[in-house]
Amino acid sequence: MLRLSRLTRVALGIVVLSILFFMYTPLMVLILNSFNESQISGWPIDNFSTKWWEFARSYQPIRDALLNSVLVATGAMVIASVLGTLVAFAMKGFSFFGRGTVNILVVLPIALPGVVTGVAFSNTYSNFLTPMGFNIGYFGMIVAHSTFCIVMVFNNVFARLRRMNPNLQEASADLGAGLWQTFRLVTFPQFRTSFAAGALLAFALSFDEVVVTIFTAPPGVDTLPLWILKEVGRPNQASVVNVVATVVILLSLIPVYISQRLARAQEDE
Amino acid sequence: MSTKSTSKGSQPISSFLLRKPKVRLISLLTLPMTWIVGVYIVSLFLLLITAFWNVDPFTSRVRPGFTLENFIMIFTVPAYIATSIRTLFIALSVTAICVLLAVPLGIYMAKIANPRLRNFLAVAITLPLWAGYLVKIIAMRLVFTEEGFFNWFMAPFGIRGPGFSIPIVILTLTYLWFPYMALPVYTAIRQIPPNLFDASSDMGAKGFTTVYRVVIPLIVPAIIAGSVFTFSLSLGDYLAARFTGGATQMIGSIIAANINLNPPVAAAYSMIPIAFVVIYLMVARRTGSLERM
Repeated sequence: MLRLSRLTRVALGIVVLSILFFMYTPLMVLILNSFNESQISGWPIDNFSTKWWEFARSYQPIRDALLNSVLVATGAMVIASVLGTLVAFAMKGFSFFGRGTVNILVVLPIALPGVVTGVAFSNTYSNFLTPMGFNIGYFGMIVAHSTFCIVMVFNNVFARLRRMNPNLQEASADLGAGLWQTFRLVTFPQFRTSFAAGALLAFALSFDEVVVTIFTAPPGVDTLPLWILKEVGRPNQASVVNVVATVVILLSLIPVYISQRLARAQEDE
Repeated sequence: MSTKSTSKGSQPISSFLLRKPKVRLISLLTLPMTWIVGVYIVSLFLLLITAFWNVDPFTSRVRPGFTLENFIMIFTVPAYIATSIRTLFIALSVTAICVLLAVPLGIYMAKIANPRLRNFLAVAITLPLWAGYLVKIIAMRLVFTEEGFFNWFMAPFGIRGPGFSIPIVILTLTYLWFPYMALPVYTAIRQIPPNLFDASSDMGAKGFTTVYRVVIPLIVPAIIAGSVFTFSLSLGDYLAARFTGGATQMIGSIIAANINLNPPVAAAYSMIPIAFVVIYLMVARRTGSLERM
């Protein structure tokens, strides 16, 4: 055992408490400020009310932004799920030249800084595609999000496929099932939990992404984080921004929570 | 499994694919690789090409050509050099603070906390990762604003925050990326065999000596793996600087400011963080730390 004096143990405990304090205070301040009655956020909060929550619920720009966020995240999730699963199957079943490269290609879109990815897409869209007479518009945002979400689905599905018993697929083929039938009846049921977990993480990743979105959103289209970004540009933080921020926290944590539950359920199987 | 073909003729496509693993591989990879290469890698390549173009001074449109002007500018204009150095300094500071916090946290979690507390802490450290990137930046902004939580909390001690400046940017980035350091370091400390600690203390080493001489050397790969995230994510960031840094500019700020005004300059400057990240990854790879990620 690591022998540490009582004093050291206490000191370490204080460090840990400080870290937790450091990590959770800002989020608490933000969430509590969404119930701040005054228009400008600050601390301490004098009066609490749900005024800004009610305002946000009926405020059209926020509703539009929420709709956009959900649309983009759903689109990115669907595309990333298909592509990520295909790569996972290729990486699982085969050892081939360039395997490492494929791995890097999948990770690269989230490994490089968001501003580089965003600028690269923006540059392609506005300096190459538009002059060629092709305006990608709204879909450009979904394309960009799908690209960096692939890795989420890939990681989850690949981890599961590695632990799967390949004999079951062979048995299915021996019994006369075609590839599609085997996939549908034998393979997919075995990894669908990881598939769903990965897809949810992709949704969450897209939902709170902002940097790539800044550069790829068509003019006049806001996602929730983009809307926050525009509002925070002003000198004082309006309390309604904190309402939207709290919604973003909830809507990214819920998919992650479900995803964790799914992953755990699968381990118990 | 490719040798075991099904009853021939009944499912021609399946039996064909079963006999030809290469065709199967290609049909699996075609779509995703076309997407990633065709959309993303081509975009990065076009960005590199744009870095050699220039902007027509009259129409302010991007004009194809070949000029090294943009790159020369980045390496000679003092403001650009200063920004690169400042960004590097911020990213290194963030990484250093993350290590300084992660090691005691990891030791506490792995060696002092009981299993329940340990699991609680593991969740507590991971959870904020998913609370939203921009949300955390504006939360830090709220804490360190003039009428914010920090000044209120510290008022009894007569301390006032520095206002939005480089130290607050460093703190915000630490807040954003700390879990990426904390988790691998904690995992690595947990994996150290307990008898190493016994051996160390049998040989007369006190707690601190053991940490310094036994724990730290063993967790270096985990620290490097974590620093790949804390370093490269900080290096490319610019919204933390924009919202908690006052007038602080980072590499990303300049790229973002130029993408509409002067895309070639933005493109050329984008190569700096790419270069930093690639060099860092290569160094990390040489130490063999990347396999742990």
